[in-house]
Amino acid sequence: MLLIHCPYCDATLPESEFAYAGEAHINRPADPSTLTDEEWRDYLFIRTNARGPHFERWRHVHGCARFFNAVRDTVSDRFLMTYKAGEARPDLTAVKEAAE
Amino acid sequence: MTTQRHDFDSAPFLIEELPWHPRFSLRVRPGNRAALAAALSLDLPTAIGQRATAAGAEVFCLGPDEWTILVDNAAPLVAASRNAYGQIPHSLVEISDREITLRISGAQALTALTTGCPRDIEAMPVGQGARTLYDSATVTLWRDDRQDFRMDVWRSFLPHVRAILDQVMVELRSGL
Repeated sequence: MLLIHCPYCDATLPESEFAYAGEAHINRPADPSTLTDEEWRDYLFIRTNARGPHFERWRHVHGCARFFNAVRDTVSDRFLMTYKAGEARPDLTAVKEAAE
Repeated sequence: MTTQRHDFDSAPFLIEELPWHPRFSLRVRPGNRAALAAALSLDLPTAIGQRATAAGAEVFCLGPDEWTILVDNAAPLVAASRNAYGQIPHSLVEISDREITLRISGAQALTALTTGCPRDIEAMPVGQGARTLYDSATVTLWRDDRQDFRMDVWRSFLPHVRAILDQVMVELRSGL
């Protein structure tokens, strides 16, 4: 079982309390009606599918119920860091160094 | 409703269904928390899992903007909330019937809970609590003493949770 640090509860808790919620830092276009079909398709369906560190959203659904963001290595399944929703995307090299 | 307690030594733990009690869910943004706490004359703790007990009221912080409030008398709280509503936006919802509270106590209460909770309950300080999971049901756990817990279970999940706890009781009694 993975242990995930919830930035709101400030505690490291078992994975079964959490739910995965897709890739993070994807902003909904302000005016969808001005987008081409391709741009709308990319917003809806095209994802990074990263090999290595991946920015993703999680929700502490059976706990404080907050959404937050995490950086997880998709190869090792290790969580490099978690941070509150709304915070800027952290610098990846700094995250990697801090995790090592 | 009165619950008759039988504390036989052979029982590894005791499950009691507590009688109905007024319960509220309070949501308010962190910026308005202090003002609302003053208006409701309640202590609203900021750390998730922390509880505050005042005369006739128990407050439990479930999330950064969410609290569960148990009160003996609901009318003054509702009136205070209504008076403050114009100045301090918040949501106070009665949820008394949403959950049934089980009291789990006795020598092996902690062991019984660890069968379904993924969290490290032993490390939870007495007087605090957590919203967590029991098997697949979301429950609110209140730790009142080392081996004395209250567990709020959504009523539709109660038969499932009770069935597992009854099974745990049989297993602990037979020494498994």
